Amino acid sequence: MAFVNSSQQEVLAHVRSRFIVLSLTAALLLNLLPLQGVALLLRPDFVALVVLYWSINQPQRVGMSMAFIMGLLMDVGDASIFGQHALAYSVMAFVALLLHRRLRIFSLRKQVPQVGLLLLSAQLVMLLTGLLANANLPGWDFLLASASGALLWPLLPALVKIPQRRKPDSDAL
Amino acid sequence: METAPQFFRHGPGPLARLVFFALLSLLLMAIDTRFKYLPEIRQTIAVAIYPLQRLAHLPTTIFDQVSGLFVSRNLVDEIAYLRQQHLADQGQLQLLLALEAENAQLRNLLEAGQRAESKTTMAEILYIPHDPFSRKAILDKGSQAGIQPGQVVVDDVGVVGQITRVYPWLSEVTLITDKDHSVPVQLVRSGLRSMVSGTGEDGTLELRYLAANADIQDGDLLVTSGIDGIYPPGLPVALVSKIESNAAYAFARITCTPAAGVNRNRQVLILSPLPPVPERPVEPIETKPEDKKRGKVGIR
Repeated sequence: MAFVNSSQQEVLAHVRSRFIVLSLTAALLLNLLPLQGVALLLRPDFVALVVLYWSINQPQRVGMSMAFIMGLLMDVGDASIFGQHALAYSVMAFVALLLHRRLRIFSLRKQVPQVGLLLLSAQLVMLLTGLLANANLPGWDFLLASASGALLWPLLPALVKIPQRRKPDSDAL
Repeated sequence: METAPQFFRHGPGPLARLVFFALLSLLLMAIDTRFKYLPEIRQTIAVAIYPLQRLAHLPTTIFDQVSGLFVSRNLVDEIAYLRQQHLADQGQLQLLLALEAENAQLRNLLEAGQRAESKTTMAEILYIPHDPFSRKAILDKGSQAGIQPGQVVVDDVGVVGQITRVYPWLSEVTLITDKDHSVPVQLVRSGLRSMVSGTGEDGTLELRYLAANADIQDGDLLVTSGIDGIYPPGLPVALVSKIESNAAYAFARITCTPAAGVNRNRQVLILSPLPPVPERPVEPIETKPEDKKRGKVGIR
């Protein structure tokens, strides 16, 4: 395990499970905000974004099971078919798990388009299941959420890494 | 595809896990859409995320209260306006009471059933889910407030939708614009009865299967017909906005705009359920073939 940690570019403190749960809860809260109109269209799927972040950076801790559970919570929160978000997030977490080593090589800005594609994969799964359940094809603005989510990506690690960086400092002192 | 060295892996591989979760979620979706048999799991999760839903609504509540402190200057105007409105409404109401009494008497004379009175519960829209496949809204009253699935939701202008799922403290209302939602309506001008269906798009409804020569015009008001036993009669539903009749098709394409909407105001009223519709009379069991025929004609 020590070998794995030292091989990483940046030595991060051991991420506390409590912190992962807290970030996921905050994302869920953001997804449930009462928004309307354009704000609702542009609102990224924060839960997908945070699940993606953890499954890329902590694949041993957050994987498909967590993605599945968060998906079930979102299904109830979004009043969609039970299992729709769960399937989409699991597929997204799977792709992230396959690609996480490759993704971590790139800088945050270069990760943006790839993250956009990953978020898009989740939305396409949702689209497929929606169409199977006899829904109409939504307009192109349905895909705006992936784009806004990808644009938020470079800011996300900065927020998430703050408590992780502080820890080794306090240990050194 | 190898993702991690063998000795770091615990449990089944990623592909196996993906297959497992995909099958599980497909199973859940099938059960949810075909058999409607997952209320307990949904209820449990709903209770678990209820604090978050409330917390997410908190900024709006605080904003309302804080902005309420600053609008006191407009209050004088508003009170004056409301007083006038109240007076006008009172006049209308007096008329309505007289009409109601007259209507009841006439109905008694005709031996027709009485119109049901409905009580209302006020509720607030907590949020509108970001789901492109359905048109729904979440209200802040649930089974603890006596809400049941099937109740009708209206605002000050017309029908908003129908409660389709109830949690202890929340409920889901399917809007009339939802693709799978239809409301039995009647044209006020001509008395023509039909069904208005949602299209899945905001602000658009559709009158399907009306003959191309049906008596219908732009701007016609559609109200609930009340023959379904769910919607009380006479509630405004939509205005006809566009009629395309093409001789090539048997039916006209009629687009309507809903009268009410969830984008205008956050407070809505949930109407109490109507008294159950009387049972259909039992078809008399006859032995003679000619009597059976007659009985059938009499009922239908």
